Amino acid sequence: MNWLKNFVRPKLRELVGGQKEVPENLWHKCGSCGQMIFHRDLEKYLHVCHHCGHHMRLGATGRLNLLFDEDGFEIIMLPKAIIDPLKFRDLRRYSDRLKDARAKTGDDDALKVGFGKIKGNNVVIAALDFSFMGGSMGLAVGEGLLIAAREAVSRHAPLVVVPSSGGARMQEGIHSLMQLARTTIAVDEVKQAGLPYIVVLTDPTTGGVTASFAMLGDIAIAEPGSVIGFAGLRVIEQTIRETLPDGFQRAEYLLDHGMIDMVVPRAQLRKTLARVIDLLMNKTRDPSQVLKGIEPDLIREESAGDALPLDAHTDKADKPLPPDIELDNISTGVIGHGS
Amino acid sequence: MHNYLDFEKPIAELEGKIEELRHLSSSNGVNIADEVGKLQSKVDRLLVTTYAKLSPWQKTQVARHHDRPHAVDYIQGWITDFTPLAGDRAFSDDNAIIGGLGRFWGHSVVVIGTEKGVDTESRVKHNFGMAKPEGYRKAVRLMKMADNFGLPIITLVDTPGAYPGIDAEARGQAEAIARSIETSLNLKVPLISVVIGEGGSGGAIALAVGNNVQMLEHSIYSVISPEGCASILWRDGNLAETAATALRLTAQDLFELGIIDNVIIEPVGGAHRERNQIIEDTGNSIKKALEELVQHEGTVLKSQRRDKFLAMGKRGLG
Repeated sequence: MNWLKNFVRPKLRELVGGQKEVPENLWHKCGSCGQMIFHRDLEKYLHVCHHCGHHMRLGATGRLNLLFDEDGFEIIMLPKAIIDPLKFRDLRRYSDRLKDARAKTGDDDALKVGFGKIKGNNVVIAALDFSFMGGSMGLAVGEGLLIAAREAVSRHAPLVVVPSSGGARMQEGIHSLMQLARTTIAVDEVKQAGLPYIVVLTDPTTGGVTASFAMLGDIAIAEPGSVIGFAGLRVIEQTIRETLPDGFQRAEYLLDHGMIDMVVPRAQLRKTLARVIDLLMNKTRDPSQVLKGIEPDLIREESAGDALPLDAHTDKADKPLPPDIELDNISTGVIGHGS
Repeated sequence: MHNYLDFEKPIAELEGKIEELRHLSSSNGVNIADEVGKLQSKVDRLLVTTYAKLSPWQKTQVARHHDRPHAVDYIQGWITDFTPLAGDRAFSDDNAIIGGLGRFWGHSVVVIGTEKGVDTESRVKHNFGMAKPEGYRKAVRLMKMADNFGLPIITLVDTPGAYPGIDAEARGQAEAIARSIETSLNLKVPLISVVIGEGGSGGAIALAVGNNVQMLEHSIYSVISPEGCASILWRDGNLAETAATALRLTAQDLFELGIIDNVIIEPVGGAHRERNQIIEDTGNSIKKALEELVQHEGTVLKSQRRDKFLAMGKRGLG
């Protein structure tokens, strides 16, 4: 019995990629169209509903796994920030809320930073985790972004930031407001070093996060359907006392209004980032090389196997590789669906 | 006649009595000087004690007081040759943010301030001090011009926050604020900011990334309004008083937390009781900061400003 429990089961677990023997939820309901999605399909399609194209939220670890090349990346250790600087208490103590968020996510705070490659290009990626207190920005996130920026400068690599955040962390009061200035300094250091600063806006990116680093990218990319805006929908409705237009504050709305460069489906993010980084960083390249297809990824449609499932690092061989998700399906599927 | 706040009721009653007595004496010829003197000193004592221990919520009310001097009053008080400038050169002119060239104690400067307006008509004109993207873009334009000509910048902050509306979002409210912060951080001229009333969130910090940031004694500066915070975190907008305390939004709190450089003491009973006095005192406080800052090179000013914000929130960290 012990032999089975202690040896066979862990071995089996390893084989299936560290997952539980029986996944708790075999089926997920799409938050947009309501269709059921089998958990394998969810992973295969990078947490994008294959019925309607709805892009579900991804955690920071999921983001780093998604964007970096499959040969791995280095997690950048972030410094400790002051915990609960105001000794804030609303219905609960902030320190208790933090403890819960840490227990739930296994992370210290809402930002994760990694150094690695996207299709061979060195890059520092900083991703916010909405599941950690709504991805809210306080001292720790501000400090983390400064570290990410300096890492990018010292390694002469572009900085890619993937926000997913409700805004400033109210429980840190004025300190969280000051992060608007501090994170702006962070990304400005990257720009002043002549390095690209690229933002991938994901659902949701609102409040103080948009009023600082999230809207300052040299290149601004957004995932389809993401809510991106300064003021919350309810606040706007209460102020103007009228209903908001369809698709208001969605990625496509921002594109229409000239606020971002492009809306890119999740499966094509790596390809797009790689191309943009290559163009900004490698200013000259032998044209014949490109034409001969030495950089095929950059001039052709990405091959089916290119966008890897999230768990690609562990069990790539066993899984069917996802097809590219058609841009058209996604944009028509998402517009007009409330969340 | 003053506009009294809730907690000023005892003061209102006493001052009402004084008014009544004065009225009586002028119609009856009765000498009531003694009585009035006694009541007046009672009022003075009450004002001192009340205003010495205002709660954060009471300070919020004073900061929003209708009779409190606004940006236009300070500009009128200090600036000679004031030359208002308008427009963001892209879309429109936003009256929630006023600004222009002028002379402050001999220095040619650029002044930028959020203005709430004083009566219904002007409040509507100034959109209650809630700026739209074109307002922040006008501020950016003026800051860049100041930088170009080596002119110090004075900003006056008094806003409930940036305007939350469809048009503002459509034109990139967040980006406009972010650019204003970014521009402030790259200036090679002195930037002095004073929160004269309400410092409401992103709409306030857009104009308050200064080399020197000061607040009036009964002004507030916060990441979110107490009402907004109460309705989100306590799920009850009526608990604004509780939220105001938890947020630590008073000038005294912010000085203690190392966020601001100076607290400008207000006249007894608040800035609205002695408008000329506070305008003069604030001007003197800015002059002092300005004369120190103009001695430095542009690059020093830029790095001092950035280092100041980078150091925030690190106190007590091992």
